[in-house]
Amino acid sequence: MGAGHAHRLYRHGHSPVHALPPHTKLAAVFCFVVVVVSTPREAMWAFALYAVLLGVVAYVARVPAAFLLKRLLIEVPFVAFAVLMPFVAEGERVEVLGMSLSVSGLWGAWNVLAKGTLGVAASVLLASTTELRELLLGLQRLKLPPLLVQIASFMIRYGDVITDEMRRMRIARESRGFEARGVKHWGVLAKSAGALFIRSYERGERVHLAMVSRGYAGSMPVIDEVTASRAQWTYAFALPGAALLVCLLGWTL
Amino acid sequence: MSGLDAVSGLDTVTGLDAVTASLEVSGLAFAYPDGHQALFGVDFSIARGERVALLGPNGAGKTTLVLHLNGILSGGTGTVHVAGLPVGKRHMAEIRRRVGIVFQDPDDQLFMPTVREDVAFGPAAAGVKGAELEARVDRALARVGMAEFKDRPPHHLSFGQRRRVAVATVLAMEPEILVLDEPSSNLDPASRRELADILRSLDVTVLMVTHDLPYALELCPRSLILSEGVIAADGKTAELLSDDDLMRAHRLELPFGFDPRSVSAGSDRP
Amino acid sequence: MHVPDGFIDAPVSAATGVVAATAVAVSLRGARRELDERTAPLAGLVAAFIFAVQMLNFPVAAGTSGHLLGGALAAILVGPYTGVLCVSVVLLMQGILFADGGLTALGVNITDMAVVTTVVAYAVFRLLVKVLPRGRRSITVASFAAALLSVPAAAVAFTLIYWVGGTTDVSIGKVTTAMVGVHVLIGIGEATITALTVGAVVAVRPDLVYGARDLRQRLKLRVNGELVDAPDPVAVPVAARSQRKVWLAGLVTSLVLAGGVSFYASASPDGLEKVAADQGIDKKTEKHANADSPLADYGVKDVDDARLSGGLAGVIGVGVTVVAGSAVFWAVRRRRTADDVSPVSAGV
Repeated sequence: MGAGHAHRLYRHGHSPVHALPPHTKLAAVFCFVVVVVSTPREAMWAFALYAVLLGVVAYVARVPAAFLLKRLLIEVPFVAFAVLMPFVAEGERVEVLGMSLSVSGLWGAWNVLAKGTLGVAASVLLASTTELRELLLGLQRLKLPPLLVQIASFMIRYGDVITDEMRRMRIARESRGFEARGVKHWGVLAKSAGALFIRSYERGERVHLAMVSRGYAGSMPVIDEVTASRAQWTYAFALPGAALLVCLLGWTL
Repeated sequence: MSGLDAVSGLDTVTGLDAVTASLEVSGLAFAYPDGHQALFGVDFSIARGERVALLGPNGAGKTTLVLHLNGILSGGTGTVHVAGLPVGKRHMAEIRRRVGIVFQDPDDQLFMPTVREDVAFGPAAAGVKGAELEARVDRALARVGMAEFKDRPPHHLSFGQRRRVAVATVLAMEPEILVLDEPSSNLDPASRRELADILRSLDVTVLMVTHDLPYALELCPRSLILSEGVIAADGKTAELLSDDDLMRAHRLELPFGFDPRSVSAGSDRP
Repeated sequence: MHVPDGFIDAPVSAATGVVAATAVAVSLRGARRELDERTAPLAGLVAAFIFAVQMLNFPVAAGTSGHLLGGALAAILVGPYTGVLCVSVVLLMQGILFADGGLTALGVNITDMAVVTTVVAYAVFRLLVKVLPRGRRSITVASFAAALLSVPAAAVAFTLIYWVGGTTDVSIGKVTTAMVGVHVLIGIGEATITALTVGAVVAVRPDLVYGARDLRQRLKLRVNGELVDAPDPVAVPVAARSQRKVWLAGLVTSLVLAGGVSFYASASPDGLEKVAADQGIDKKTEKHANADSPLADYGVKDVDDARLSGGLAGVIGVGVTVVAGSAVFWAVRRRRTADDVSPVSAGV
């Protein structure tokens, strides 16, 4: 079960960003996104500044640009949608390269693309500099109800178990000559979903019983107290603070 | 908490008896929700400081019984008392601290990123903190000879080492009774020997669930045979293992060429 | 269907945030009855399962993206309250880890994908289980129908939210057609997977299926040769917290959202309107698709100060939500007291 403690999204490092207590980072990212979302969409330069701010964070965290860009691919479905917006939206139309596009659709597309991308980039930076277990501890310290933290931690543990069981079942299928490709894959997967569920449950249940036997009662015991100093909070809030400044400028200019 | 008052109150009451059993099971019967009944009225008692083996074939209900000892399974009839304290919802935290279960697969037992955090998990859950927590971890690891592996991830250790760490995770809770589920399974002879030495050196009550009859004979002066959900026999390990009819009746088999009569019962060593 | 940041306007995001927070607070209370320490990991497993299932995205033409939702599976396996929590946790973790769904759109996403799917699915499921003959097959059939309906229901809910608070005025007809059309198809996939999973689990571990509790029979135990009735199993609640604490947490969250976010949100009028006003094209713009909705004048037109009017509307909305939430709490509490009494009288 050693796996669940490092995730593929996490990039091991010793940067100042890695060293920040997780709850300060979570709070900072959340505030940053709130600020970004409330920026008027016509202040295009503000979004450029936000991107620069995130770039600085990435530089300090020593997260390479290629890694960041690759992770941004999660956005593709939104991009596809944003591209369609100018064609389907109503209202004022303009001619661009011989195509009739909706003005509000263009603004909408820009709005979703800019804000969405910045939100994704901020989350990617958070996930790549914070270990999963730390994220959960951070949520716990931010006073998320313990039951939610508990479900989240089990979810992550079972995530590994499920991937592992899926791999085993795939090997079993393939060693019997079944090659899963495309739509056919779905029928077989659907049929094995129930089996997968029970197998994963029974494997994870044993770990849970071992935890309960050692006094686990719903929340992870605190082994190393991590408290955030004022300096660390200040450091973490440099990002949303700077963003807020940009946002206010965006509203006034 | 009112639970604590109840605990101390019970201790003074039962303390009058002078000889409080570490573990007292009476009339325990249990069926799973699917209707399969695993236990049919189990009665036995283990005195403080005893080392007892629980023997039985596959499907005899051994694991079901173990899960009743710290209240993970409940809802049938009968009672379990640990050092006089009834296993039930009210005293669950205290019961879980008193009964340390070492599960069969150390990979199930070890779920934290380092050995240190894993051993600290139990005491930390019970509210132990800071220097006291560190001291408990060091003590428990020293007792199983794993002190120098403190900061290693458990999955980088050998199987035998992992089982020893699993024992340490339970010892750190300073339990009243140590329950081991198949402690010798999958161990090579050297690891088996090391674990036996460790278990012998502990001064806690031990209940060892096993198929490994020579190991039971080596470590436990007394044995219980659980068969078809009831205690079928209770007596000196050497005598039970020498009773061929009893052994056959309960699907227990000694390894080829092993004669319990020829082995001096080294189990009485302190 | 994950809504990114900036897709739904701020007042509606805040209002759905309040709805979501209230729903989660209610569910936290209710979940304590559904979960005991043996089923707590089941909730985590269900969440992991849904997480995996939701990762499969299909882009939808004029809506956003579509995928399996998992609310029905969660409600049937772990109960409706815990189901809401499971899906909410999935959405939260997706937002933090994978940036799938905006953090500020969490309220929209939870309301739509966690609350609507779970509630609709469970209602359909209970109804069918009552109507159909008792048995495992009925559970499977009911699961199929529940999942089948829950997905288009979520699509309709999304369309409504979009109608009220979408930042782009794509015609509502197009959105509805695209969303509901695609999600009827997705609903079939969802129904198949839900029914197969629930069917398989009911066959092997019926004790793990919350929706099949009624199928359990009273156990008879043979103790030393005599048959004895097994006592009612007593669930050990996990993470027991005082009701007041949960209730307060919910209230405080709502108030924070109401006081802070909602006012703040109301301070940022729809960007489109701002452009329109700035460029003097508002006269030419066609009537908004949502103009005849009761909430269309979220920033009341007669009041000049956009902040004030928007804030007013926000406060009214929050007030209504809090009252509705309290009504639910009250109803749940009454039922709870009734539940607490019955075993005692039965035991006497």
